[in-house]
Amino acid sequence: MRKLLLATTAVALTAGFASAEDIKIGVILGFTGPLEAITPAMGDGAELAIAEVNASGALLGGSTVSPVRADSTCIDAGAATAAAERLITSDGVKGIMGADCSGVTGAILSNVALPNGMVMISPSATSPGLSTAEDNGLFFRTAPSDARQGVVMTEVLLEEGINEVAVSYVNNDYGKGLADAFQAAYEAAGGTITINAAHEDLKADYSAEVGALAAAGGERLVVAGYVDGGGSGVVRAAIDSGAFDTFHFPDGMISAKLVENFGSDLDGSSGQVPGTNSDGAGIFAKLAGDSFDATSPFAAESYDAAALIMLAMQSAGSSDPSVYKDHVISVSNAPGLKVQPGQLGLALQALAAGVAVDYQGASAVELIGPGESAGNYRQIGFEDGAEVTVKFR
Amino acid sequence: MCANRFWGDRDDEILNAIVVLSNYVLIPAVAYGSQLALGALGVTLIYGILRFSNFAHGDTMAFGAMATILVTWLFQSWGISLGPLPTALLAIPFGIMATAALLLTTDRLVYRFYRQKKAPPVILVIVSMGVMFVMNGLVRFIIGPNDQRFADGERFIISAREFKKMTGLSEGLAFKTTQGITIVTAIIVVMTLFWFLNRTRTGKSMRAFSDNEDLALLSGINPDRVVMVTWIIVAALAATAGALYGLDKSFKPFTYLQLLLPIFAAAVVGGLGNPVGAIAGGFVIAFSEILITYPLKRVLKYLLPENLEPSTLVQLLSTDYKFAVSFTILIIVLLFRPTGLFKGKSV
Repeated sequence: MRKLLLATTAVALTAGFASAEDIKIGVILGFTGPLEAITPAMGDGAELAIAEVNASGALLGGSTVSPVRADSTCIDAGAATAAAERLITSDGVKGIMGADCSGVTGAILSNVALPNGMVMISPSATSPGLSTAEDNGLFFRTAPSDARQGVVMTEVLLEEGINEVAVSYVNNDYGKGLADAFQAAYEAAGGTITINAAHEDLKADYSAEVGALAAAGGERLVVAGYVDGGGSGVVRAAIDSGAFDTFHFPDGMISAKLVENFGSDLDGSSGQVPGTNSDGAGIFAKLAGDSFDATSPFAAESYDAAALIMLAMQSAGSSDPSVYKDHVISVSNAPGLKVQPGQLGLALQALAAGVAVDYQGASAVELIGPGESAGNYRQIGFEDGAEVTVKFR
Repeated sequence: MCANRFWGDRDDEILNAIVVLSNYVLIPAVAYGSQLALGALGVTLIYGILRFSNFAHGDTMAFGAMATILVTWLFQSWGISLGPLPTALLAIPFGIMATAALLLTTDRLVYRFYRQKKAPPVILVIVSMGVMFVMNGLVRFIIGPNDQRFADGERFIISAREFKKMTGLSEGLAFKTTQGITIVTAIIVVMTLFWFLNRTRTGKSMRAFSDNEDLALLSGINPDRVVMVTWIIVAALAATAGALYGLDKSFKPFTYLQLLLPIFAAAVVGGLGNPVGAIAGGFVIAFSEILITYPLKRVLKYLLPENLEPSTLVQLLSTDYKFAVSFTILIIVLLFRPTGLFKGKSV
């Protein structure tokens, strides 16, 4: 009885602090499906930012934040929509960190976030189509659009003096979007694309595809595919038949596996992958310690996405998505106090004191256009059977 | 001097055209055709002697390749190798044994029941589809659904770069060790098979059984023995074809399911039940698949005078439609010549 009394008093007490609330943030990522290898580190990245804010106790007069995970499946738009719906109606989240893959992100945005007025910040959806999607100012991403990657690829290739390339892309949203973005940028800059052909992922034999690419010709072969899938098959067939000597690899192909598969056959090839040499990346890696791999793809972007949601809330003085959505861009861009990972508590106090904040974060965030990362890329070269960083763009 | 130079260039151009065509069409098509022919031989033997279309054949090949891979890995861990040749060649006989055991068990457990009931062929076809799903599951259960690499030894007999250096031509020609092995093995296997069917007592009794079952039974041929020998030969063909395909391309259980269509197309085009037809059919399908989807631009560039050079790719069908080619050939043959190019049984 006394326990019950105590408990009810405790509840009454907490209810008394009207200003300090428990804010829930949805973390919707493909914990099952084709990205299940990298999503755990992404989820951990987001939750690291949340833990840091909770530890500081500086958010909205001592409010706490708790993450709620949901599964986007990466490929099943119906399941992702249902999961996001649940986050809003049953868990009552005040913001969504996610989703991961471009297809499900678009589905959640139009079916759930828009009708419910929910803010969404995706760490990894890169499809150029999302730049023009109707979002009422609710959708942001800490990952750059592939339209930007197309431009970076063009710059890298033209600087190396390559004016004529063949393109082979994996037949899905990612491959097609990137190949089209690249074609537009490259041709506008005066380059020639001899052929822009699709390959199906996960086939045993790509010699026919490579035959077509070789017939069209080109100084270099751009492979917009997956290193664990058909992309490597295309490269293997191209090397075997002597069709191309050098290649250019966008982000889906850059991995330790690529060098392991082909070694010195790649010498003279080029590539790029989202990445930055900013101080933030190093600090983030130290923060993560041994709890998860901070260099795993999009883990840094996930940390930043969650941090931006909470900073925007602080800047707006409200956890209401319709209010804080207008503050996301201002906290992420100059002018203001530059904020690195691990300084979220400081940033919250600064915002509470009315000082503007320019969040740099783990991935050097700078939101442009409709609220997407300007994008920093690491340009890669291949020498003596090893991958080398040429420079950052 | 001037004229000589001109003619010299012209010869080079023709040589370059031939090299391009060999590199992208001839050599791949001959290797692929050999793999299809070995597969189609298995299908056609089952059709001729056991009288049904075996849809499980693709996954039988996958099983044979899987068994070969497992033994290859064992040999590699023991440090046994064939030097420049892939270790898998040593492992193929063990793959054949495992496949034969699987097929004989399947026959005992499944097909024999329907054979004794004299079930019509269409029921056996459906039964074989069930077997196909079980075998497919079995393979993925044992080795997993992913890509497996087991090729070792020298990758090339001639690599494109070496060829360019040797000949001074601007086009390279690559001839992979696995392609060479595929072609040589296919020739040996086919010669052994024909010798067996035409020269040995067992082979003759199989052909008799295929031509006229009742007459064969009357003349004292033991049907159980014929069935058993057939399955063992089919196991040898399937395991060899599967292992060679996996060696030359890559091993992934699902790709063997996709191989089923061109294999059946090859068997039907050649004439079901006719071994010579199966081989011819394999090459017809392989060459049409590759030729129809190959853009001729680069070949024509060398052959035609400069002002006639094609600006487009000169490609009849995009490579996405590769499988449509075997489908179309299959339909055309069934419509106009149901017994196939060589006289087989009507489907």
